[in-house]
Amino acid sequence: MMHTEFIVVEGDFANAGKASSEIKKTLKQLNIDNQKIKKIVVAVYEAEVNAIAHAYGGTIFVDLDEEKICVLIKDKGPGIPDIARAMEKGYSTASAKVREMGFGAGMGLPNIKNNVDELDIQSEVGVGTEIKMIVNFNS
Amino acid sequence: MNENYFYHALRIDHKICFGCTLCMRNCPTEAIRVRNGKATIYENKCVDCGECYKVCPSGAVYVAEDDFQSIYNFKHRVVLMPSVFLGQFPEDIRASQVYSVILEIGFTHVFEVEASAFLHSILSNKYIREHETKKPLISTFCPAIVRLIQVKFPALVDSLIPIKAPVDFTAIYIRKKLIEEGANPEDIGIFYITPCAAKIAATKSPVAEDASTVDGVLNMDTMYNIVLKEIKQKKEFNKNITANNDVTSDCVIFSLTNGERRLNNFKKSFAIDEIHNVIEFLERVEDDEIEDLDFLELRACDESCAGGILTCGNRFLINDRMMQRAKKLAERERNGETSRRKAIMNEREYLTQNSHVGRIKPRSMMVLDEDRSVAFQKLTKIKEIESKLPHTDCNVCGAPSCHALAEDVAFDRASMTDCVFMQRNLEKRGSLKVEESVEIMKNIWGEDKLKDYILNK
Ligand SMILES: Nc1ncnc2c1ncn2[C@@H]1O[C@H](COP(=O)(O)OP(=O)(O)OP(=O)(O)O)[C@@H](O)[C@H]1O
Ligand code: SF4
Ligand code: SF4
Ligand SMILES: [Mg+2]
Repeated sequence: MMHTEFIVVEGDFANAGKASSEIKKTLKQLNIDNQKIKKIVVAVYEAEVNAIAHAYGGTIFVDLDEEKICVLIKDKGPGIPDIARAMEKGYSTASAKVREMGFGAGMGLPNIKNNVDELDIQSEVGVGTEIKMIVNFNS
Repeated sequence: MNENYFYHALRIDHKICFGCTLCMRNCPTEAIRVRNGKATIYENKCVDCGECYKVCPSGAVYVAEDDFQSIYNFKHRVVLMPSVFLGQFPEDIRASQVYSVILEIGFTHVFEVEASAFLHSILSNKYIREHETKKPLISTFCPAIVRLIQVKFPALVDSLIPIKAPVDFTAIYIRKKLIEEGANPEDIGIFYITPCAAKIAATKSPVAEDASTVDGVLNMDTMYNIVLKEIKQKKEFNKNITANNDVTSDCVIFSLTNGERRLNNFKKSFAIDEIHNVIEFLERVEDDEIEDLDFLELRACDESCAGGILTCGNRFLINDRMMQRAKKLAERERNGETSRRKAIMNEREYLTQNSHVGRIKPRSMMVLDEDRSVAFQKLTKIKEIESKLPHTDCNVCGAPSCHALAEDVAFDRASMTDCVFMQRNLEKRGSLKVEESVEIMKNIWGEDKLKDYILNK
């Protein structure tokens, strides 16, 4: 098992993608199928952007073994009141500022769901959100 | 391991190298280490881009070349001259003078490489249109880029356009013509004047085909010096020799940045030069970050082949002279003084039949092992070693970064104690003697750099 952590800073869109690109590098070294790598990169990137745009930044915990990768994105942001709704395609509460940056189509969470094998979202309003995703290399 | 062997033309002369580390620090694939005070190249990581050649302050990096005399092994001696060759000469030297000198120094025929560029672009564009699913399609014109993609971006290998380069088309054409004129195939020697090491490497070990289309390669700087000297010494030029008229105005600048892109009209395409720029862009392409991308023209050198390591003179001036020549040609084409339809197009069918290269295979240098569980063990080892290193990337261990040292250690190519910080810690603990540290340093940097100057005084 290998463990890595990344810090995500609020509002820092310029550095969004740092964690996903590090993960990409690592997975390339393990000879993981390219399509699979792309899926993981997309899912992690979307979650990174959400932490930057909707929460006040957060931390990404990556656990890797021979069989799978597990990524946990934790933030201490405002939380998601209605997770089922947030998962709907096109649903977004993105601020004008976030939209200006080209985000806010409401496609992030649905995209994550499409690209991972397991997804678990825990959120409490006023406390924060934890998104856990798992991708199996052999599936 | 053998099938992974690729010819490299870039060499380091250990008599000249003084271990300054500049090449190692600038290598885009971390292919260089310092051992025994000299730069050494890991052949399977090298993509022949020539960055080391460009930065070396002592001229220790050189490009191996065929002996000029080897042209005399052939009765018919053809030289294939890329347009950039003419671009090196100052304005007061005419193309016809260059041609006449080349024919006097031993060659029987001169032909401009870009004669086939127009056909090349027709075939590439057709391939791009027919392979929507592989988009973005990537040009294979620059061999350093092809190798870069093979080792660093294996996921993009299937996007490479598997069509031969203009130099191959032109060589195939000339050979056919000479044979038709009655020449014995064994008597034909085709020599290519190369602007870079990458083209040599691609000629000596073609990326996917097995037979090379040319018989030898001559370095552009060597040829430039020979030709310029002859021109300067000559008073009279043979008035009967004129420059060939094989290339259209738009193909003269084919090897410059945008040269290929200009010849297609895809909605979304980019022309990117300089290898670090290319790497930065490909990282994004690999992640599908750029939507609806049709075509990429990628070149390892800044200003493309005008900036090839073997060209003589400033790349911007070369570029300008080539642009001027293209302008003049375009004017003549408009005035009807010259036709845009060249003889080589009569062989379109034959050349098309011979246009494809075999499958280009990835040969990733990223993958730690084909077996995932072995790769995982290696990765764990690398991370563990890396966590103990100081992250200063100081190069004192003879590697370009702490990460590179960690990888070398994991693959038994180096030792943890090569790191000076590690040495100090072990000395403090009493498990390494100072004399032993000095020995380690001597192995990396050579005896000379560890001479005890202070005591000798
Ligand atoms: N980490 C989070 N903290 C608080 N709210 C969140 C978080 N992640 C998502 N949300 C809420 O869920 C909504 C939907 O998220 P989703 O990622 O699907 O779309 P988006 O971020 O608004 O737009 P897009 O991802 O397409 O740029 C967001 O608009 C936001 O209201
Ligand atoms: S740049 Fe490389 S080859 Fe040239 S002197 Fe420095 S270490 Fe040696
Ligand atoms: S850009 Fe041209 S000169 Fe430079 S490496 Fe590529 S083919 Fe050679
Ligand atoms: Mg989002």
